[in-house]
Amino acid sequence: MFDYLEKHLPKLMLAPTAIVTLVCMYGFIGWTAALSFTKSRMLPQWDFVGWQQYERLFANPRWHVALDNLLVFTVLFIVIALFLGLMLAILLDRNIRNDGALRTIYLYPMAVSFIVTGTAWKWILNPGLGIEKMVRDLGFTDFEFRWLVDPDMAIYTIVIAAVWQSSGFVMAMFLSGLRGVDDSLIKAAQIDGASTFRTYWHVILPVMRPVFFGAVVILSHIAIKSFDLVQSLTGGGPGYASDLPATFMYTHAFSRAQMGLGAASAMVMLAGVMAIIVPYLYSELRGKKS
Amino acid sequence: MSSLTLSKKLYKAFFITLLLVFALAYLGPLYVMLTTSFKGIEEIRNGNILALPDALNGSAWVKAWSSACTGGDCFGLAPYFWNSMRIVIPALLISTAVGALNGYVLSQWRFKGSNFLFGALLFGCFIPFQVILLPMAKLLAWLGLANTVTGLVLVHVIYGIAFTTLFFRNYYVGIPNELVRAARLDGAGFFAIFRHVFLPLSTPIIVVSVIWQFTQIWNDFLFGVVYSGPGTQPITVALNNLVNTTMGGKEYNVDMAAAVIAALPTLVVYIVAGKYFVRGLTAGAVKG
Repeated sequence: MFDYLEKHLPKLMLAPTAIVTLVCMYGFIGWTAALSFTKSRMLPQWDFVGWQQYERLFANPRWHVALDNLLVFTVLFIVIALFLGLMLAILLDRNIRNDGALRTIYLYPMAVSFIVTGTAWKWILNPGLGIEKMVRDLGFTDFEFRWLVDPDMAIYTIVIAAVWQSSGFVMAMFLSGLRGVDDSLIKAAQIDGASTFRTYWHVILPVMRPVFFGAVVILSHIAIKSFDLVQSLTGGGPGYASDLPATFMYTHAFSRAQMGLGAASAMVMLAGVMAIIVPYLYSELRGKKS
Repeated sequence: MSSLTLSKKLYKAFFITLLLVFALAYLGPLYVMLTTSFKGIEEIRNGNILALPDALNGSAWVKAWSSACTGGDCFGLAPYFWNSMRIVIPALLISTAVGALNGYVLSQWRFKGSNFLFGALLFGCFIPFQVILLPMAKLLAWLGLANTVTGLVLVHVIYGIAFTTLFFRNYYVGIPNELVRAARLDGAGFFAIFRHVFLPLSTPIIVVSVIWQFTQIWNDFLFGVVYSGPGTQPITVALNNLVNTTMGGKEYNVDMAAAVIAALPTLVVYIVAGKYFVRGLTAGAVKG
């Protein structure tokens, strides 16, 4: 009896996690999927209506605004954060031997929540008293900077705040990648007479491909899940001009008693994440085995 | 150094200046938050956002902590700060302990299907939580834990385990299995080996896991706003309510003091243990 227990103890130890994963992850995803095929509003109800909620979702202009915003936000956020992160990492790697203080400064925003980030930038970008007033006080009295209250520009304020919060993290990833590059590779390139730029472009960056992909995956993941930042910075406004799928889902599922529609939007978000994550995990795991 | 040509020196000076300019830009928001929080409201209306305060006026901080209105009530952030602590500490301790045991099994006591289980768990690091929000609300209501601190602890434990398991599994995978085999020959059992061989080696990864969970849970807003009720909200939700409360005139100094208070615990952790913070980020991020 004791031997039997001893033999199966490892499995027993994992059992709670396995059950919780099965129920609270996969089971719940199934539950949400099922809900998205019903007419549920305030409370779940189980009369199935096929793809009706998805049809409603994609006929909803607000959802299209959210999707468009997600595209704009994701692309700009990733491109700018990658560019800044890579630039800072290369500059730090080449110029400063003792980079602890600077690295700490670039990275600290990552320790701050998106709610605090949003609160801070909401004040900095305040149309009456923030940057606009500062520049006007300098003598440019016609200067206007009211992105926060401009329906066409509000989404870009979210890009600014998100880049501030997350680009230091990209810097840290690239920096640890750069520090991991074999010195002999660099020396060989330099002996061959390659310029610094060419060394980076042809020798170092290709080695960092996995870091690059890792960073893109994380950043796109942050982008798709973005919720807190929108809530605190623009509240999705003006109107719903800066809505993202995550805020759309929250509004419809919890404030507007449109549970079925909210579930459908959550499923679309999951599909989006999976389209990015599954190939990535697959290549990561395959790469490890070979 | 003498071999450096003048143009190289100029380049270097330029690059270092650039790095410093960026450092100032990254520090900007923190600087603005701090200076604004010490200004009076008249000073804010008439002055410049980048200007230093005329005098260190701490009244906004007192108000933010103890009497600012956060939607329903006007007790400041203090009760919510402690709510967050009451959520974060048990959740991070439990999820770290479970993660350590899981990682130990998944790396050293593999069985048929354990890799599959790990893969299934790993996927949980990536799902958008919107997809579990509704059924989780149902489950919490069914357990009688809706709008409670205990409920939030439970949610954070459940969805934190994927990360903590990942940390410990990837750390323990580097420890040779011969250690376990030798200890077993000496008659040590599952827990004895964990306790006497693995735990003493685990300090760095425990620190990584604790810091990661502390930051994640303290900064959480989504679970907080969905699963808390009046009186049990975490500080992020209270801060958001405080800033977006429309009653009376806007007090930007109070908003900023409140934002700094909400950010302080994770900032302190970051400054004290930044090295581990970075390690957690990159371990949780790249390694699969």
